[in-house]
Amino acid sequence: MIGILNYGLGNIKAFENIYRKLHIPVKVLNSKDDFEGITKLILPGVGAFDHAMTTFNQSGLREISEKMILDDKVPVIGICVGMQMLAASSDEGKLPGLGWIKGKVHRFDESKINFATHLPHMGWNDVKVKPDSPIFVEFPANPKFYFLHSYYFECDNASDIIATSEYGIEFTCVVNYENVFGVQFHPEKSHEYGIKLLENFSKI
Amino acid sequence: MLRPRVIPCLLVHQKGLVKTVKFKDPKYVGDPINAVRIFNEKQSDELMVVDIDATADNAEPNYQMIEKLASECRMPLCYGGGIKTVEQAQRIFSLGVEKVALSSAAIENPQLLPAIAERVGTQSVVVVLDVKKKMFGGYEVYTHNGKKATGKNPIELVREFQKLGAGEIVINSIDNDGVMKGYDLDLIEKVRKEISLPLTVLGGAGNLEDIGKLISKFGIIGASAGSLFVFRGAYKAVLINYPNPEEKDDLIKKNFPI
Repeated sequence: MIGILNYGLGNIKAFENIYRKLHIPVKVLNSKDDFEGITKLILPGVGAFDHAMTTFNQSGLREISEKMILDDKVPVIGICVGMQMLAASSDEGKLPGLGWIKGKVHRFDESKINFATHLPHMGWNDVKVKPDSPIFVEFPANPKFYFLHSYYFECDNASDIIATSEYGIEFTCVVNYENVFGVQFHPEKSHEYGIKLLENFSKI
Repeated sequence: MLRPRVIPCLLVHQKGLVKTVKFKDPKYVGDPINAVRIFNEKQSDELMVVDIDATADNAEPNYQMIEKLASECRMPLCYGGGIKTVEQAQRIFSLGVEKVALSSAAIENPQLLPAIAERVGTQSVVVVLDVKKKMFGGYEVYTHNGKKATGKNPIELVREFQKLGAGEIVINSIDNDGVMKGYDLDLIEKVRKEISLPLTVLGGAGNLEDIGKLISKFGIIGASAGSLFVFRGAYKAVLINYPNPEEKDDLIKKNFPI
């Protein structure tokens, strides 16, 4: 069963609805007593990095999910700020990240963006995918997803990069190391490709 | 490559969807949830929903309705109407809305903007300005469904809101609302020059060519419309519609080479 970590941030309902429509068992995790039978985790997130980290650290959900992810290798996917939380740190905040994937989160360099619009990076953008990743099974080479962010994940290890997109620079928008995944865009708000990605995650 | 966004804007009045002309004469066009389902099928880029009663009646946002809309919506949703406090904005986020739109509250109390942004991130705070031409030139911002003149100039306000940490600006032309004769490109150009934030414009789109013109002039921009996506034909028969993915790709390619 898929468990959605509900620490007060992110679109819990949208994930829940998508999985229910796909007839994939799903549960919202509000406390450490809710984890029985959970085999996959979703770490949603919106908003500022430090606020997200503080809320997650105080939620009572971090310890138990960290144990499942790091010791029992339960697959997890971080979404948007949830992906950025996987890094060691972020330009946006002072608090340390979770450090589950080696890398740092940086702010886009506005001087490299050639549009009248700079930040946030908002809207539908093409994603260049590595064909052999399990979350991109049965995908075209350049699907479109919805982005809304001003910071991006820079991996220490190129082998952890699963997909990239372009906004002034080519940046990493999907990461994966062992059982830990992260996506910068919003699959829960990206129509059919988003739904397919979430379905693929459920099958890992 | 990033694409311009094409965004239906839905107005909620007495629990139904309506469409106005110059902010007046709301005409009933259907049920909000039903409309969201149709825009899901049509794969619209985003959706904007504005409750036009909440601020005018000094009422709380209708959380039950927002929750239903957000959980049905498979694209990003921006909600506006009646938000006056950080707590209200946070509650609306917790219901699954991606962006909250502020208008009169941000104009009356600009510090509300950074206070909300601190909790939910600047990328999710939208400021909507309802703008009307002044009789002897220039523009003025109105609130309360176009009834209350603020005496403020939109060009100065957008600069201030960018500094305060807005994530997006929506410029809504009262003069062009429901008229379906094209966007006020002159107004948009003046605003565009002032800010580097994402800009979305609303008011006047009567057909896809109007959106094409907007894209060819401004490139990355949010092209929003009400009437265009809820009416069909010269007699304005109600028909929720949206270009299919191929039509939209063609429209963008023709006007903005990818």
